Amino acid sequence: MIAAAIARRPRAGGGERTAPAVRLPRWRWRGIVLPLGLLAVWQGLAVTGAFPAHLVPSPAAVVGELTWLWRRGELLGHIGATTWRVAMGFGAGTVAAALLGALTGYSRTARAYLDPTLQALKAVPSLAWVPLFILWFGIFEASKIALIAVGVFFPVYLNLMAGILQTDRRLVEVGRICGLSRLDMVRRVLVPAALPGFFTGLRAGLALGWMFVIAAELMGASRGLGFLMLDGQMTGRPAIIVGALVLFAAAGKISDAAITAVAGRVLAWQDGFGASQETA
Amino acid sequence: MLHIAALSKRFEDTAGVRHLALDGIDLAVREHEIVALVGTSGCGKSTLLRLVSGLERPSGGAVRLQGRAVTRPTPEVGMVFQEPRLMPWLNVRENARLAVLDLPRDVQDRRIAEALEKVGLSAFAAALPRQLSGGMAQRAAIARALVRRPKVLLLDEPFSALDSFTRQGLQDHLAALWDDARFTLLLVTHDVEEAVVLADRIVVMRGHPGHVHECIDIDLPRPRRRCLPDVQALKERVIQALDLS
Repeated sequence: MIAAAIARRPRAGGGERTAPAVRLPRWRWRGIVLPLGLLAVWQGLAVTGAFPAHLVPSPAAVVGELTWLWRRGELLGHIGATTWRVAMGFGAGTVAAALLGALTGYSRTARAYLDPTLQALKAVPSLAWVPLFILWFGIFEASKIALIAVGVFFPVYLNLMAGILQTDRRLVEVGRICGLSRLDMVRRVLVPAALPGFFTGLRAGLALGWMFVIAAELMGASRGLGFLMLDGQMTGRPAIIVGALVLFAAAGKISDAAITAVAGRVLAWQDGFGASQETA
Repeated sequence: MLHIAALSKRFEDTAGVRHLALDGIDLAVREHEIVALVGTSGCGKSTLLRLVSGLERPSGGAVRLQGRAVTRPTPEVGMVFQEPRLMPWLNVRENARLAVLDLPRDVQDRRIAEALEKVGLSAFAAALPRQLSGGMAQRAAIARALVRRPKVLLLDEPFSALDSFTRQGLQDHLAALWDDARFTLLLVTHDVEEAVVLADRIVVMRGHPGHVHECIDIDLPRPRRRCLPDVQALKERVIQALDLS
C-alpha cells in the first residue's frame, strides 16, 4: 500500500519517465489476493461445519448481520461516532505534538526544559490515564477524545523532533550562508527535512488512535464500533463482533491510505529505494 | 579587500583533546583577485575557507572584509561546497531563491533567471535535484551563490567530485563567469592544474598545524591552455612546494 501511494505520486519537472502510471494496477491488486484467499478458506470451513457456528460465524453471516444493522439505520451511526472520536483525538494529539515537537526540535533550551518530562510521561501506559480522564472529563466524549489524543501525541512528537534533529547539518549551513532568517530556516529547511519523520509519526499515531478508540468504547459507550462489539459479546452474536472487526480494519486501512497518499505527494522529492523499484 | 591576520583555529575532539587546525595565517586578497589554496588533505584549507565564510569563528586573529571583522555569514560572501548541497525538496529555481529571499519578488525572479542562464540551467529551473547529473547539480549550486552577486566567492573543492571532462568544462565556465562578474575568488582545491589554470596566486599550505608555506604568483595571460609549457612548469613548482614525497 505504501508502494501504491508512492507510485501514484506525480513526477515533477523533467518527465523522462511516464510509463509507471500504466503499470501500477498490477502492484495494487496483489494486496487483495491474500484477504480474498483467506475469506474463501474461512467461508469453506464455515460451510463444512469445521467450526461451531455460534462461535465462528461464516463471512456470509457477518455480511448478513452488517446489512441488517445498515437497514435499521444503526450502522452508519456507530461508524460515524467512532470515526468522529478518532478524528478529534487525532487532530488534537497531532496539533499538540506538532507544536511541541517543532519547539523541542528547533530549540535546545526548549528541549532541555520539556523533553525529559515528555519522555517520562511517555513511559506511562496510555490506558493508565483512563481513571483520571474519566474523573476530569466525565464518561462521555471528552474523556475518550483525550485518551486517543494522548495515544496519537507521542509517536508524532517523537518522530517530528527526531526528524528536525536529524536534518543534514550541511543543508543548515547552506541556509546560514544564504542568510536565511529563523523563520525561513524553519519553513524552508527544517520542516521539509523533518516531514518524512513527521509522516511516519502520523501513521503510527493514527494506528494508535484506532487502537485507543476501541479501548475507550469498550470501557463505556452507547454508540460506536467498540460498543457494537461489546453488545455482540453480551448478546452472544459473534457475527456482530467479527463485522465490527472488519469495519475497524477497513477504517484503519482507508485512513492510513489517505495519509500515505498525502505523504506521497508532499514527499515526491524523495529519491528512495521504494521509488526506484516502482520505476525500474 | 580581504585581510586575514594571525588567524588560528582550535578544535576539541570527542575525547576533549584540543587540536590546532590552523596557526598564524596571514593573507591579504585584493579585489577581483583569484587565489587558490592548495595543500594536502588535512592541512586546514577547508577550515580556513569556513572561517572566511563566517560559518566558523576563529580561536585567534581575525578575518576582515573591507575593514569589518567577519563573525558570521554575510550576503557579500557566497560559498559553494564540495557537494552541491541543494535542498532535495526544492527545484533548481527555488534553491537559487534561498539566497535572495530578502529582495523584492520581481528582483528575485530576474536575478534567478539571469544566474541560471549564466550557468546554462535555464531549461532545468523546474527540475528537482535528484533529476540532475553531478555537474548540473554543482552548476545549480554555483547559480545559488551568484544570485546574491557576492563580492567574494568561496569555492571549497567545488569540482573534485566530478569526472575530468565535466571538471574541465566547469573550470572554463568558472573563468568565464569571473571574467563577467569579477568577484574576488578564493578557491580551495587539491587539483594543482586547476589552481594553475585559474588563479592569480597560489597559496601552498602545509599541515599540523595548518600554515601558509609559500605563495606563488601566476602571471600568465588568460585563457590559459592546459598544455602550455608555462602551465606545466608551474604545476611542477607547486607540486614541489607541496612536498608530497
